[in-house]
Amino acid sequence: MICTVLGAGVAGLCAATVLAERGAEVRVIDPGLAQPASMLAGGMIAPFCEGESAPDLVVQIGQTAADWWQDRIGPITRRGTLVIAPSRDQVELDRFARATSGHVWSRPAELEPALEGRFARGLFFGAEAHMDPRAALRLLRTRADGLGVTFATDGDEVGQVIDCRGWAARDHLPDLRAVRGEMLLVDAPDVTLSRTLRLLHPRFPCYIVPRGEGRYMIGATMVESADSGPVTARAVMELLSAAYTVHPAFAEARVIEVSAGLRPAFADNIPVLRQLDGRFYLNGMYRHGFLMAPHLAEQLADTLMGGLQNAG
Amino acid sequence: MFYGVELESRLMLGTAQYPSPAVLQQAIQASGTEVITVSLRREGQGGAGFRDLIAASGCRILPNTAGCHTAAEAVTTAQMAREVFQTNWIKLEVIGHADTLQPDPFALVEAARVLCADGFEVFPYTTEDLILGEKLVEAGCQVLMPWGAPIGSGQGLRNIDGLRAMRAHFPDIPLVVDAGIGAPSQAAQAMELGYDAVLLNTAVAKALDPVAMAAAFGQAVRAGQMAAQAGLMPRRDMAAASTPIFGMADFSASEGM
Repeated sequence: MICTVLGAGVAGLCAATVLAERGAEVRVIDPGLAQPASMLAGGMIAPFCEGESAPDLVVQIGQTAADWWQDRIGPITRRGTLVIAPSRDQVELDRFARATSGHVWSRPAELEPALEGRFARGLFFGAEAHMDPRAALRLLRTRADGLGVTFATDGDEVGQVIDCRGWAARDHLPDLRAVRGEMLLVDAPDVTLSRTLRLLHPRFPCYIVPRGEGRYMIGATMVESADSGPVTARAVMELLSAAYTVHPAFAEARVIEVSAGLRPAFADNIPVLRQLDGRFYLNGMYRHGFLMAPHLAEQLADTLMGGLQNAG
Repeated sequence: MFYGVELESRLMLGTAQYPSPAVLQQAIQASGTEVITVSLRREGQGGAGFRDLIAASGCRILPNTAGCHTAAEAVTTAQMAREVFQTNWIKLEVIGHADTLQPDPFALVEAARVLCADGFEVFPYTTEDLILGEKLVEAGCQVLMPWGAPIGSGQGLRNIDGLRAMRAHFPDIPLVVDAGIGAPSQAAQAMELGYDAVLLNTAVAKALDPVAMAAAFGQAVRAGQMAAQAGLMPRRDMAAASTPIFGMADFSASEGM
């Protein structure tokens, strides 16, 4: 089977990899004009935390994602997620506990000694994981390369077309919308955190994901907008003040990157595989690209080649 | 009548913080609301995707100036809202403090004056202060929206006597309790006080099941409205026994004789 995958973000790379694993001849076309939204992702495999706002489907399927990634790109960081809240927003923590599963109450400083004396209690989601999305995409691409997948910036769409272009596919998917996200990357060698932290706040929730060597990704805003322009001052202020609330040493951090991107989303915010006029569309990743793209890629391969694989 | 518009449902719903636009849409339907508020300050012109989705609900849109801290910002946002939503309605919100989200009464009156003169139909988010209410009416507002409690706090009606006084002071102005409502019982209470409508967001959007909570609020607002129309019995300090006590023996008086 010959396939052309459009787009080399997380959806496209997962689709290309799985199809190639099952014996398809795959070509990926990405003009490389825009940075994929997944390059700005947190890289969290946090199905239980996402359950706060996402439906059960995402929680269930998301639990298979960590193993999928680990099988293909090697070890990912499996140290769980710690959810905390400022003392006056403790009700947010209680609400989060009610809205999610897979957690235990814990003393934050026991998990992250750097938080000693700062937060009396937290929710620990032990089964969650994270990875550096850029490294993960690079490694997945290398793996796809090894499976014979070819990459091009343009060319003919031969064979079965799988459109994974994210927001760029809106010309074919009129119900797609963009949810703007803004993130920071900081160098904060004075802060020592080993796992993903989520700070709950009624207005500015944020997460901090360790990227190793004293670097942290701080994200991310959620704005109902298709404006991909530069990060706003408000976003930087909100994200940094949230980080500062987690640990004051973030005030001394060097800001090494500020980026804004557009998450492609459907009305229910659930990533989905669609078949339309002979094409497949793997889109609407919203906040769940790393969590859901592997499953959708497998689903795609089952639909396209299930018979083949069974016969083989 | 809200600027000449008769509303069957007296629940107005905010559209922020829902798990998804699909859930928001279901919540709108379950609540029976006819008016939804939408913010614009942060989303700007780029928010068309979300706006198209909520416009599909068929509800009347009440754009708001949430996130504005000065009169000038609020006026600019209102003008943009009029263009984007093709409506003169504007929920005027001028925040005095980013942390407490308390309205800035001075900037509010200033912005209301400018907007009313410019043909806007202003729904000002205010406190229960009577003089402030008078200044807003003087500025041209034909609806007032006092807070129940600080935004997102879920405390309910924090100053019931103040809200009651406001109802008595402005018998002919439609009054809407806006902000602070956390439970359907509190929304019903506002309606029982004779308020014309209730506006809320977080209590529904952040419920574990927003659609079910929206339905609960819809019914509570309806119940409160019916109760107010039916005429609530006056509160008494003592039990009102249904059996006449005339002629009964007075034990306390006979004791010790």
